[in-house]
Amino acid sequence: MPAIVVENLIRTYQVYRKREGLWASLRGLLHRDYKEVHAVNDVSFTIDEGEMVAFLGPNGAGKTTTLKLLSGLIVPTSGHASVLGHTPWEREDAYRRRFSLVTGQKEQLWWDLPAQESFRLHKEIYRVSNEDYKSRITELSEMLEVTDLLGQPVRELSLGQRMRMELIAALLHRPDVLFLDEPTIGLDVISQRRVQQFLRYYQKEQGITVILTSHYMKDVEALCERAVVINKGNVIHDGALSEIVDRFSQHKIIDLHLGPEEVAEGIERFGTILDSKFPIVRIQIQKQDVSAVLTQLLSEYTIEDISVAERPLEDVIAELFSADDDESSPDPNSPSQPV
Amino acid sequence: MSSIPSESFAERFRVGIRIKVLILKTATEERLMYRGDFAFATLIRFLPIVTQLFLWRAIYGNNLTTNLNGYSFAGMVSYYLLVMLSRAFSSMPGLANGIAMSVRDGSIKKYLLQPIDLLDYLLWQRIAHKLVYYAVATGPFALVFWLCREYLPVWPGWEVMTAWVLSLLMGFAIGFLIESLIGLVSFWFLEVSSLIFIYMMMSYFLSGHMIPLEWIEEWIPWVNYLPFKYLAYFPAAVLLGKVPADTLWIELSIEFAWIVVLFITARVAFRHGVRRYGAFGG
Repeated sequence: MPAIVVENLIRTYQVYRKREGLWASLRGLLHRDYKEVHAVNDVSFTIDEGEMVAFLGPNGAGKTTTLKLLSGLIVPTSGHASVLGHTPWEREDAYRRRFSLVTGQKEQLWWDLPAQESFRLHKEIYRVSNEDYKSRITELSEMLEVTDLLGQPVRELSLGQRMRMELIAALLHRPDVLFLDEPTIGLDVISQRRVQQFLRYYQKEQGITVILTSHYMKDVEALCERAVVINKGNVIHDGALSEIVDRFSQHKIIDLHLGPEEVAEGIERFGTILDSKFPIVRIQIQKQDVSAVLTQLLSEYTIEDISVAERPLEDVIAELFSADDDESSPDPNSPSQPV
Repeated sequence: MSSIPSESFAERFRVGIRIKVLILKTATEERLMYRGDFAFATLIRFLPIVTQLFLWRAIYGNNLTTNLNGYSFAGMVSYYLLVMLSRAFSSMPGLANGIAMSVRDGSIKKYLLQPIDLLDYLLWQRIAHKLVYYAVATGPFALVFWLCREYLPVWPGWEVMTAWVLSLLMGFAIGFLIESLIGLVSFWFLEVSSLIFIYMMMSYFLSGHMIPLEWIEEWIPWVNYLPFKYLAYFPAAVLLGKVPADTLWIELSIEFAWIVVLFITARVAFRHGVRRYGAFGG
């Protein structure tokens, strides 16, 4: 059963275009030029209950705006969305008790008080029973390894510890839907991994519906099977994460282990050499040339070992968005595939 | 999972009260975290009272019994002290600015995401601030009143006392609603500090904080039709017996009507403001 249904969602902002300099600022007092920015442009997708989906896209693509729409913070210019049967921007309490939005910023905790004070307030606001509250706090704080810090003022916590406290605050009332906007931004590797492991475990355990945006492909690969790729407010891909590489990458990587007598000369004519430390050579070649290149390599060089791999998701995504920035091919703006 | 079945009104009321009490408690705890700054600020606020009393002393010169527009020196001292007491209820330091800042930096999102109401939340937070303030300021206030005891009038009857207490409480509500409204303007104009400045200037003058309103009435006859007088002048005038007994309850009803009007305006502004909100800041 779908938990989230989004149909033709559009959100347009009027943005004041200020030209450079003092003169322009003075003129801006009298007359202002506004530009319409389509932060979200006709976005549609459906997410089933218990699914964990990644939103991918460069900065300003519309991921966060979509999450803001779904959490009822902003009202769309047009379009329709339903989360758990509610229209988010009507902001009914019945809906607000059933979801949480976690962003990388300080959001829910009282800065000067220990986190447990904020949790107590959440307990009342979200109407969590005493027993449930106690067991939740114990369970979540143990899983996130912050039990000792519950009594310490939030401002004295490190970013990673604070983020984990934010997660506890967000999950205290057992939301059915969780929106995670860059939950690991700015965290060190260990905190990042801990949050990641926690989210994976928690989502499986509770079967909640999660939308995650992240710039760390490690997060995304560890947590999500499905990805919605958004760029310039449009959905350009909606499907399995693994399909992204297949669909958008024009290249493959070949790792060669040359024989001891071999010389790595002339290999560059097959593609771009990414790394070359004799006897290992790594080259990137056009996807459609794989079999031809392999045949040629094997016939011309003494090779001890050879392997063909996909490019890392991170590189493909980076290329996809930078290619779009220079408006060069390949065209990622092809119509999105129905799933 | 966590959906709430339909509840009786009594149950909703009970839960509502529990939340308010907890907001009150949490905000009080938060307030007490900055005890040093807070105690200092409270004491510093008494300095202007002393200088103002000296100023009036200088204005009246040697003729302390002179009647300036209905106020002798003693009358002026009691008026001024009572106005300061009114303001201890109606002034809302940082309220409008706080709302404006949370709209600018995005922290207002918290109130939109959670099943709570921004104005309700701020109200209880403000009550907590006031209670902590009274706990600290009662001593100094009592001292100033004791030092000036010879200028103060005799205690009025219970009816006037009741009216006075009501006017102080309603003054709190009016101060809260006006400042909240100014804060909510930031949904339309992100920067409201000039607006706050204008409000401060106007209310200093039009509330009777600077000089008694009888002195202003001559040039601005409509000053009595504005809600500002309830912030400072009105409670003082009630206790000083300047509001005739037959109009006392009519005046209080008008004050209440202002609360209703401001409350509805604030609600409407919040509803429309949130729809305009861009949720900037990440």
